[in-house]
Amino acid sequence: MENEKHHIVPYRLYAVVLLLLLVLTFISIAITDINLGAFTVVGALLLASIKSGLVLVYFMHLKFDKAYIQIMVGMVFILFIAIVLVTFFDYYFR
Amino acid sequence: MQASSKIPTDVSYLEYEGKHKGLRAWIFSTDHKRIGLLYLYSMMTLFLVGVILGLAMRFELIAPGKTIMDAKDYNAVFTVHGVIMIFMIVIPGLPAVFGNFMLPIMIGAKDVAFPKLNLLSWWVYIAGAFLVITSVLFGDGSPDTGWTFYAPYSFKTGANMLPAIFGAFVLGFSSILTGLNFIVTMHRMRAPGMTWTKMPLFPWSLYGTAWIQLLATPIVGITLVLVALERIFGIGVFDPALGGDPILYQHLFWIYSHPAVYVMILPAMGAISEIIPTFSQKHIFGYKVLVVSTLAIAFIGYFVWGHHMFTSGMSGTAQYTFSILTFLVAIPSAIKVFNWISTMYKGSINVQTPFYWAASFIFVFMIGGLSGLVVGALATNVYLHDTAFVVAHFHFIVFGGVGFSFFGAIHYWFPKMFGRMYDATWANIGWLIFTIGFLALYSPMFYLGMQGMPRRYYDYLEEFHAANILSTLGSWVMTLGLIIVIINLFRSAKSGPIAVANPWNGKTLEWTVPSPPPVENFDEIPEYQEKDGPYEYQ
Repeated sequence: MENEKHHIVPYRLYAVVLLLLLVLTFISIAITDINLGAFTVVGALLLASIKSGLVLVYFMHLKFDKAYIQIMVGMVFILFIAIVLVTFFDYYFR
Repeated sequence: MQASSKIPTDVSYLEYEGKHKGLRAWIFSTDHKRIGLLYLYSMMTLFLVGVILGLAMRFELIAPGKTIMDAKDYNAVFTVHGVIMIFMIVIPGLPAVFGNFMLPIMIGAKDVAFPKLNLLSWWVYIAGAFLVITSVLFGDGSPDTGWTFYAPYSFKTGANMLPAIFGAFVLGFSSILTGLNFIVTMHRMRAPGMTWTKMPLFPWSLYGTAWIQLLATPIVGITLVLVALERIFGIGVFDPALGGDPILYQHLFWIYSHPAVYVMILPAMGAISEIIPTFSQKHIFGYKVLVVSTLAIAFIGYFVWGHHMFTSGMSGTAQYTFSILTFLVAIPSAIKVFNWISTMYKGSINVQTPFYWAASFIFVFMIGGLSGLVVGALATNVYLHDTAFVVAHFHFIVFGGVGFSFFGAIHYWFPKMFGRMYDATWANIGWLIFTIGFLALYSPMFYLGMQGMPRRYYDYLEEFHAANILSTLGSWVMTLGLIIVIINLFRSAKSGPIAVANPWNGKTLEWTVPSPPPVENFDEIPEYQEKDGPYEYQ
């Protein structure tokens, strides 16, 4: 552990990410007023994914982690997208 | 993570107690080997409860009409049998017992990455089991939904569902924590020189399994919470009367529960991949292909859940998609079988009890796997859905696959775990009687299903009588075999002849340490050289 590089993240960056998360939260509430039809779930999932991505990258320091950890997290996201896509083979064609 | 300590290197883990004594030295131990045995004893106890419930079901079905219980009790018995066997036995199964015990030794480590978290996993497992049992003993009747807790019945039934649902939720946490621990252990604590392509196949199977445990379990966890909320507050996610979708429940449930079948079967395959080269005294055939097939099964296994729902009202497009994907997962499974057979080809086969279990595993797994293709195909599925055929297929895979592998693994690693040998003659007799009983118990169900006998009914038409008698007789024979196996192992653990360090001439690292292993496994962490591999037989 001692050999690993330390990194210092400026507070300003945290504040900007926090602000972005708040804005995205308000958007995810506001978007419920718009009838997106078949894309309602897509919209909600997209916003939620962006928010969790920001938390992972900045608050959980994924940006500064080793490449293989970044790849593993990326693959988990791909798996998640694939599972949602396959589920919608049912809902969109029912 | 492997801090040096004052723990003696010449005292076995069975003798060393540390700061606690007696029972507390077990239930508060952070030693991965003791935790493995804690799981073994807990599971064996619960397994016997599940077996008794299974025997009761089979006894009810020995004749048409009511034999020993009415329909409501039958519903409760098959539900609790399923919940115990699935969530408490076969899902934790090999990873919790042999993964905990063997993984660190097989990769040359002193313990798992997070020993305290490992102990917590066992405590959480016990808490979950206690909750499920509470639902049977107290409240307004035992759960009667089947182990799948299908909506909307699961939030409409008057039975005592909440403790069972919460129990399954808590058991999921145990699984997640074990999976996390194993992934970190394999990434960070392999012996120097043990590259990924030199890691034995049982740890590899645990690696694939751990990812499923980590990523799929939370989905069923949150789904069960939604069912509980639906029951308590009527939130309307799954209730069609409130605009909800009960098929969504089935999607969410099977997104976890189908990969959970691979949580069960992958470590079983991993154990078989250890037993076969050892008893063939030959390098495993196609090591890298076996690794890739393990990961392929773990990955494709995420995308086949819809085959449980072909008759539930899913779209046609989804049905075709899931059917094709289901056929794909058969490919890596078949690759494994071909590689095991090829490993035996021209090997110096040493026919001992573990080999009998491993060979019969391949036999019953093939029957289970091929019958899986029958129910994976759309047209035949519609005919066979929810018939006894599915019960036969499922038990050939899960009890035949996991059970035979589990018994093979315990006979293989028994000398290492307990430092004693078992009586081989009784072990072989137990295996033979168990196998005959198993085939007599489940094979008739294929016939019954094809004749149209539905599953989960306590009664049936006269035309199904003969095959049901055979099946029930099979359950008695199988139980006799099981009793012989268990008594032989218990007696041998106490008073069997002392085992040498490497009784089978195995080549993986667990056979380099004494039997039973010392507390921290190795005096010095072993180093793998360039030429070393896990199965280097001459």
